[in-house]
Amino acid sequence: MSDKPVLEVDSICVTLGGRRILDHVTFDVRAGEFTGLIGSNGVGKTTLLRAILGLQRLDEGHILVSGSPISPRNRSLGYVPQRIVVDPDVPMRARDFVALGLDAHRYGVTRRTPRQRDLVDQILHDVDAERFADNRLGGLSGGEQQRIFIAHALIGQPKLLLLDEPLANLDPKSVQEVVALLHRVARDYGVAIVLSAHEMNALLPVMDRVVYLTGGRAASGTTDEVIRSEVLSQLYGHHVDVLKLHGRVLVVAEPGQENQDIPEHATLTVN
Amino acid sequence: MHFIVEPGFFSNGPVRTALIIGGVTAIVSAVVGVFVVIRSQAFAGHALTDVATTGGSAAFFLGLSPLLGFIGGGVIGAGAMDLIGVQRERGRDVATGIVLGTALGLAALFLYLDTTKSASTGATQQILFGSIFTLDPSSVPLVIVLSAFALAIITSINRPLLMSSLSADLTRARGINLRAIGVLFMIAMAVAVGLSSIAVGSILSTALLIGPAAASVRVARGLRPALVMAAALGVAATWLGILFAYDSFYWVPSSQGLPVSFFIVSLIFLCYLVTGIPFVRRGFREATSHRRGVSEASV
Repeated sequence: MSDKPVLEVDSICVTLGGRRILDHVTFDVRAGEFTGLIGSNGVGKTTLLRAILGLQRLDEGHILVSGSPISPRNRSLGYVPQRIVVDPDVPMRARDFVALGLDAHRYGVTRRTPRQRDLVDQILHDVDAERFADNRLGGLSGGEQQRIFIAHALIGQPKLLLLDEPLANLDPKSVQEVVALLHRVARDYGVAIVLSAHEMNALLPVMDRVVYLTGGRAASGTTDEVIRSEVLSQLYGHHVDVLKLHGRVLVVAEPGQENQDIPEHATLTVN
Repeated sequence: MHFIVEPGFFSNGPVRTALIIGGVTAIVSAVVGVFVVIRSQAFAGHALTDVATTGGSAAFFLGLSPLLGFIGGGVIGAGAMDLIGVQRERGRDVATGIVLGTALGLAALFLYLDTTKSASTGATQQILFGSIFTLDPSSVPLVIVLSAFALAIITSINRPLLMSSLSADLTRARGINLRAIGVLFMIAMAVAVGLSSIAVGSILSTALLIGPAAASVRVARGLRPALVMAAALGVAATWLGILFAYDSFYWVPSSQGLPVSFFIVSLIFLCYLVTGIPFVRRGFREATSHRRGVSEASV
């Protein structure tokens, strides 16, 4: 039973402004799996995540979450959008934002029960955010805010957690911390994670599967299956080399093809 | 006592009406205002005051109650802004600006007609800058009903409203109808603006809407303390303003009272300045978080 996919994306096509953004994209995510959705900027990662959330109309194909068609009321999904700009002047403590994960869709005023408050405390502990839980959300650092957004998404106990570029704009130390945190909660909460990124190296130690997106098409499988010269060359439509060096991956195009949308092709940092 | 409260203050009928209507409208404006500030819709709030001016001046011309004109104008303006695209983040300022400009043009016409009709500039003064001492006591029940209506909207949508102020995508992903929430909020805002227009005048109602909220948001840590504090500041400023205006009758040799709106708006501005002082901010934030710590420990 645990092999039943929590997410089935079946041959979906999406057109935006006359341009085909996603062209028969297919992949599955199984319970508790960590999936990296890798592609350079503008390749359709956000569109794909919005499609999974039911916020994007599909031209073709279908998406099932826990076996059911998607709907915005489907509470088995947690979501961390790409950009949440919180003004430091918004009078909301980090703790209050996490609690909104439980009841943002409810109308009226109801007192939160002791059980709900315990749940908030528990999740703040699990994402290691107790220190700044009573500070204003807008005053926190990027890494601290990311923990709070993750807690907000997790508190509804989803089966699937979608994160749109959560590592962008974080310093290298925060990237490491957030990745380790996600890896831990995926295991502890039994939640499957789909995380989009334009840089895959930070994710290599934790990714179970990768969905590599370029030119509207996707290749999926384990990292070793997908991040290979043959697979990626076919996807790009021209030859690319995959270099594996010191546990890091580098995708390099032939001279003259460098401007193609290769993620982090200029990243030559070696630890 | 007579140095502060001049004789006859509390036994004076118009003063009592002013205190009731001023207090109630200050609470509504402050509560709605906190969300206006959180949603960065101060400009939209200001535009609604301009549309309220149009409604109020038109109502005056037609011999109707200015309060109904203020609120009718505000609600129509809110609808127009929604249609033009106030919900889209990028279209927001443009939609607001267009509605604002048109409304002021119409207001110019109606105020001109009002002045010609009544053969005095009193109408302009009353619509734009308020005349809280001339309010009819019979309007108190209507003011209370409208206030309850606006507060009921805010109370029922407070969580989706807060969520939608932070992230549109996250709100949609929760199955919340973003547009419906936005429209309901604009209606609450229009009612609040209409109410404060009769207290301080349509042009100055922005001050009552934004001022107490902006001051409290600076110092309160959470939403609930911010709402309570904004309401308290709004009521305090309004009541003190009424008191000073009443007293000012005795200050000036010509025995002409000074306008209430001037005092209310000045007091609000003073609150805003004081809450900007760093040590005041820190003091308030620590005070609110300390209370929370104690109450939690006792649970």
